[in-house]
Amino acid sequence: MKLNVNGRDHDLEVEPEMPLLWVLRDELGITGPKYGCGLAQCGACTVHLDGVAVRSCSMPVGAVQAPVTTIEGLGRPAALHAVQKAWIEHQVAQCGYCQSGQIMAAAAFLAAEPTPTDAQIDEVMSGNLCRCGTYPRIRQAVRAAALLLKGGRDNG
Amino acid sequence: MADLARIARRTFLIGAGALAVGVAGGLAVGTWAYRRDPANPLLKDLPEGAATLNPYVRIDANGITLITPRADSGQGAYSVQAALIAEELDLAWGQFRVEPGPPSAAYYNGVVMAESFPIAATSDSFMARAGRGTADVVGKLLGLQVTGGSSTVPDGFDRLRVAGAVARQMLLAAAAQQTGIPVDQLKTADGAVLLPDGKRLPYTTLATAAGRLAPPSDVTLKPVEQWRLLGKPMPRLDVPAKSTGTAVYGIDLRMPGMVYATVRTNPRLGGGIVRFDAVKAQAARGVLKVVPIPGGVGVIADNTWRAFRAADLLEIEWGAAPYPATTEAMFAQAAASFTDARRDSQQKDEGDVEAALKAAPTERVLQAEYRLPYLAHAPLEPMNAVVQLKDGRLDIWTGTQVPRFVVTGAAAVAGIAESQVHVHVQIMGGSFGRRLEDDYVRQAVALARAHQGVPIKMTWSREEDMTHSFPRPLAVARARGTVDRDRVQALDLSIAAQSVAASQLGRQNQPAVGPDMSIVAGAWDQPFAIPHYRITGYRVPEMVPVSSWRSVGASGNGFIHESFLDELIAAAGADPLAERLRLCSHEPSRRVLQTVGELSGWGTPLPKGRGRGLAFTLSFGVPVAEVVEVTATPEGIRIDKAFVVAEVGRVLDPVNLEAQLAGGVVWGLGHAMLGELTYADGMPQQTNFHVYQSLRLYQSPQIVTRALQTTGQIKGIGEPGVPPAAPALANAIFAATGQRIRELPLRKHIGFV
Repeated sequence: MKLNVNGRDHDLEVEPEMPLLWVLRDELGITGPKYGCGLAQCGACTVHLDGVAVRSCSMPVGAVQAPVTTIEGLGRPAALHAVQKAWIEHQVAQCGYCQSGQIMAAAAFLAAEPTPTDAQIDEVMSGNLCRCGTYPRIRQAVRAAALLLKGGRDNG
Repeated sequence: MADLARIARRTFLIGAGALAVGVAGGLAVGTWAYRRDPANPLLKDLPEGAATLNPYVRIDANGITLITPRADSGQGAYSVQAALIAEELDLAWGQFRVEPGPPSAAYYNGVVMAESFPIAATSDSFMARAGRGTADVVGKLLGLQVTGGSSTVPDGFDRLRVAGAVARQMLLAAAAQQTGIPVDQLKTADGAVLLPDGKRLPYTTLATAAGRLAPPSDVTLKPVEQWRLLGKPMPRLDVPAKSTGTAVYGIDLRMPGMVYATVRTNPRLGGGIVRFDAVKAQAARGVLKVVPIPGGVGVIADNTWRAFRAADLLEIEWGAAPYPATTEAMFAQAAASFTDARRDSQQKDEGDVEAALKAAPTERVLQAEYRLPYLAHAPLEPMNAVVQLKDGRLDIWTGTQVPRFVVTGAAAVAGIAESQVHVHVQIMGGSFGRRLEDDYVRQAVALARAHQGVPIKMTWSREEDMTHSFPRPLAVARARGTVDRDRVQALDLSIAAQSVAASQLGRQNQPAVGPDMSIVAGAWDQPFAIPHYRITGYRVPEMVPVSSWRSVGASGNGFIHESFLDELIAAAGADPLAERLRLCSHEPSRRVLQTVGELSGWGTPLPKGRGRGLAFTLSFGVPVAEVVEVTATPEGIRIDKAFVVAEVGRVLDPVNLEAQLAGGVVWGLGHAMLGELTYADGMPQQTNFHVYQSLRLYQSPQIVTRALQTTGQIKGIGEPGVPPAAPALANAIFAATGQRIRELPLRKHIGFV
């Protein structure tokens, strides 16, 4: 089975029903996407398939037909994506365990909706759980990231 | 190396001010043991070329490492500990690495025990001071390395600054020796000693020489006005990694040859296992071994998901629950605990409650019953540990708030000496008190014992995590009170709950003596001069094993006390803020109440269908007042705004403090609205986040925070923001709708948007 993750091709011999999350984490050692619930309830495992945010814990790897982008492929500490930049600027993370998923959800959302309303932000970002309660700063960071992206400074 | 070790073991007195209060009845041996300072644990395994100046500072040619022994579960403990050391050591922010260090008695917590003593935070009596001093002595004697009780900042405030200052003095002395220039002509900045001619001697070049010097017997700490880091906005050290997927949590560790595992134990906690059949599990792809562990079964495989799948194939017969099997029966047992035999404490008994209630006209006597559910911690990172038992040496990589308990527990399970156990503490994806327990580590060690020589990463499924939480106890409270004209005259509150201390310490073979103040925390010690005022705690027999849950006893008692006080104030026809201010007997608490009134526009008119609720709880020594504003919409209650004001003595990190206060409010509101563990057949019925509901972003209000700094008594802020949130919300719902809700979660009685 072939899988492209963050621009790299991988050859795998795993059960097609293995969730993408566990292929990423245990087979490929890509641990940015997190295991939180296994039921697509918390969003900590969110990755992009062709730019669309999906819950990798509930996506059988055999059903993956598109290149996968994880938080590691979105941006790096030395080359941050605008959403990551906004997340750092607004000091969003507490425990941080949900934030890979929050950032991936926000990045896919803003790519599709560059000028979101507050109501849209609330709706879309409510799919991702944060037990620490960073929601007020997530709201601020999404708004800030939208501005950053509009300024065309999304990659550095 | 030998002389370095000998010198560095010499006196390094930190946080010893508590000695001044003495210990009544302390044995000579005890005093000696207390005075003898624990050795610097960094000396063991000190790499070649590295030097350690005290238990908090290690320097080698490559850089400076600060040891931050209080665990970081997301509350920013590493950053604030590093800032305290770096402030006095004159390091630039981020010019160092941080490490949690090894488990060691040197890192004992001198504050956390005080919370369990019956000492009111508002009291400054001799007994109160002696009691707080005793907490330091007990913490040191037990080598109690614990992260909890919002104690990291108050415990570390002096100790870590002194550590930085001592290290700086030693580096200055080394520079003076090397250059012949007297110390008083030298300065320090950004990790270097500055010579009068402007030349810089980096600490990294002085450390070995400094390590050979005796530490100074006293140091002078910087006055607040000279702080460069503390009190200023500091970006948290961990945020960039946590925003790029590069932070490594315990669950993310990877090692050569590592295998993966999961376990199943009885969701009827303590019920044990009758029998299991592993034939199908054993045959599943990737399974290496099925291992019986105490109370359950583990599966070791070549991938976590394969281990989960194989665990689903286990056929297990569990034992019966050693406690009532249903929530209904549990509440009945709690309700039956209001007896003399089960009376646990009555530390507050002012005036004459019985006479006041008897004298009041019947229509002016209020009676109410309040109920709180069990609640799971449910940190988003499920419990996990990586363990390796090889040639008699056990290594454990895990997130924990109690590393020394982990050592003891793991050694017992592995059947080896504690000196052979090496714990490597990891950052945690939340905890909220869950990782004050070491059950998951013991399980992993049982697996390591059966499968030696390779690292094993054991991960719990979310379902295992949710159903094995050691939850916050369920509670029943009975309240009575009366008002005289427009004033609250009497408040009599009886709270029945399980003892967290007995349950939690029992699992660590530690004694829990005397009353358990967590049963009445957040109620018995509130600063109100109600003429007739009594708070009684009743100890419910052990049911589901329970533990500390963010803000512990105050988390639920704040709701009970402040809801019922609100009922009385409403019955008196008084204003909730004005009457609390009239009753308040503690100046810092008054300031907090006044400030939240100003901040929230208390008293300004609201349109119909909207309401404001006020609540106040003093917990962990921090008075906190909150106002919540709601709107009753056709779709249910919507929380519009929350205002929170806390007196913290001094703000060390304003950005993170705001995050902790706001996060505490979200935690308090979310669980008040939605959270409960209910039981059927002895098992929690909530197994994952689809049924154990948690606040979502769209339900999160705008939150305005303010910290007061008027007392100078420095406090921690991870927990105190939680308790007033639930009652402020319930009181706001009452203001908006006239509906008084006396049971959590609120959604059982009213809908939310």
